[in-house]
Amino acid sequence: MRNYFIDLLTKEAKSNNKIMLMVGDLGFSVVENFKEKYPKQFINAGVAEQNMTGMAAGLASEKFHVFTYSIANFNTFRCSEQIRNDIDYHNYNVTVVSVGGGLSYGALGYSHHAIQDYALMRSFPNMTIYAPGTRSEIANCMKQIFKSKSPAYLRLGKTLPKNLKKPNQPHDYAPGKWTKILECKNRESKKCILTTGAVIDDAVKMQKKEEFSNYHIYSLPIWGMKYKTLQAQQINKWDEIVTLEDHLEDGGFGSYILECNSSIQKVGETKIKLKSLNKNVCNTVGDQDNLKEHFKFAH
Amino acid sequence: MKINSSVLLSKYIKAYTLKMVSKAKASHVGGGLSISDLLAVLYNNILYFDSQKPLLESRDRFILSKGHCCAALYATLALKNFFTLRDLNSFAQFGSNFMSHASHKVKGVEFSTGSLGHGLPYAVGKAVAAKSRNKKWEVFVLLSDGELNEGSNWEATLFASHHNLNNLTIIVDYNKLQSLTTVEKTIKIEPLKDKFESFGCYVSEVNGHDHKELKNSLSKTNKKNSPKVIIAHTVKGKGVSFMENRVEWHYKSPDKDQLEMALNEIGVSL
Repeated sequence: MRNYFIDLLTKEAKSNNKIMLMVGDLGFSVVENFKEKYPKQFINAGVAEQNMTGMAAGLASEKFHVFTYSIANFNTFRCSEQIRNDIDYHNYNVTVVSVGGGLSYGALGYSHHAIQDYALMRSFPNMTIYAPGTRSEIANCMKQIFKSKSPAYLRLGKTLPKNLKKPNQPHDYAPGKWTKILECKNRESKKCILTTGAVIDDAVKMQKKEEFSNYHIYSLPIWGMKYKTLQAQQINKWDEIVTLEDHLEDGGFGSYILECNSSIQKVGETKIKLKSLNKNVCNTVGDQDNLKEHFKFAH
Repeated sequence: MKINSSVLLSKYIKAYTLKMVSKAKASHVGGGLSISDLLAVLYNNILYFDSQKPLLESRDRFILSKGHCCAALYATLALKNFFTLRDLNSFAQFGSNFMSHASHKVKGVEFSTGSLGHGLPYAVGKAVAAKSRNKKWEVFVLLSDGELNEGSNWEATLFASHHNLNNLTIIVDYNKLQSLTTVEKTIKIEPLKDKFESFGCYVSEVNGHDHKELKNSLSKTNKKNSPKVIIAHTVKGKGVSFMENRVEWHYKSPDKDQLEMALNEIGVSL
């Protein structure tokens, strides 16, 4: 995912000299090509995320479109007040890019488990969360990010889905809009699994089980506080929605959908179930697949 | 109002700061008074700006990192015609843009602050932007001494020095008092000059109330290849005898009688 992201950013930088890529001393074997091609648009801020994020706001105030790149929680939680005050409050054009969303770095322990980041990012009024799950979603998220002039959080997982044979590649991505990933056999079904982020494979596996064979798979890759009002209409179409995210339940994506549902004028009753990471994952180390299996994620 | 001397400007900044804080029953008057001379010299003699075009591209950028002392900045901007002196009446009132921590919603204020340790990294970002586009404008950032407890300042100083940002001037309002007691008793920062020098900065120490010294040190010719640091030795509550060097004026608001006494000492009637 990160390689595809950097390819798209490198292409954009060719025609847009306002792009500035800042890294927090990370990105080995990922960012070198960008740095070589556009050295004036690349800054290694060192292991200093507070300064990197404050500087990003300063650069954005001078009309740069800044990308702050790091892994896991380093460019989110470590500098959360800089994101809150310096970037979000001033509505600056800064995209915080965290690679290793969810349990991508599961074997590296709790410091590297990015499983509370949605909770943080969705509490900022101007922030748009971009959590792509497929190649097409990455491309479209980046297209939206390049167009946008406001704060963004791009959460990248480790790998693209392997279980999705024919990925749906629609062209009508828009913030707050659900995208169809995979229909179930019963096309008339009023049930769906709604994902965000790099959990498409998990949803496909779920759908293969009898219990969920009657559920379509949709994703919502672009969301946030600004797009809550767009959810009512989409939620109301369904009898049942199962949300799926590689994040803790509290403050996460499912909670977001529940909040949207609780504030809408209901036509019918939509049943919403939340599937997220078990909080005990915090005390366990292991690679992503093992951790997910052990804690029965998406079961 | 036409004020041509920095000394007269500083008196009016102090007077309006006192009046605003008193009216709003707000805090931080002591720190406002300690930076009034600095602001007067900066806005009268150093910074390039056009108050009618607050976002003029070629302006110098000034960032008040110690945002709690914004009353003095708002007063300075009003006295320099960014908006009217009457606008200051809404300071810290319901619905006003003149919040009691520096607000970018006020014309001429580059950046909202209030949480310490945010102004310098932001200023460094602006200095990098100017360098990368070969712009001649400069960046000035005013920090408090207690604020230097925040690690983000030292991250930013390392970066600024490494990248030879000689278009950046860091001013420390060194009034020796912080929130509960002296800086010395809280977290000592001496030897401060040595600290900044060891980080690679070009450092000078001045009397932060002596306008001649301030003009000399702030004048923009920095021929060194490193960021400039000015340690301005100041007095918290400067100019009002009963406020000088007293921690309580970090919090208290002068009542009507105290305001009158203070204005008498400053020597300005409003």
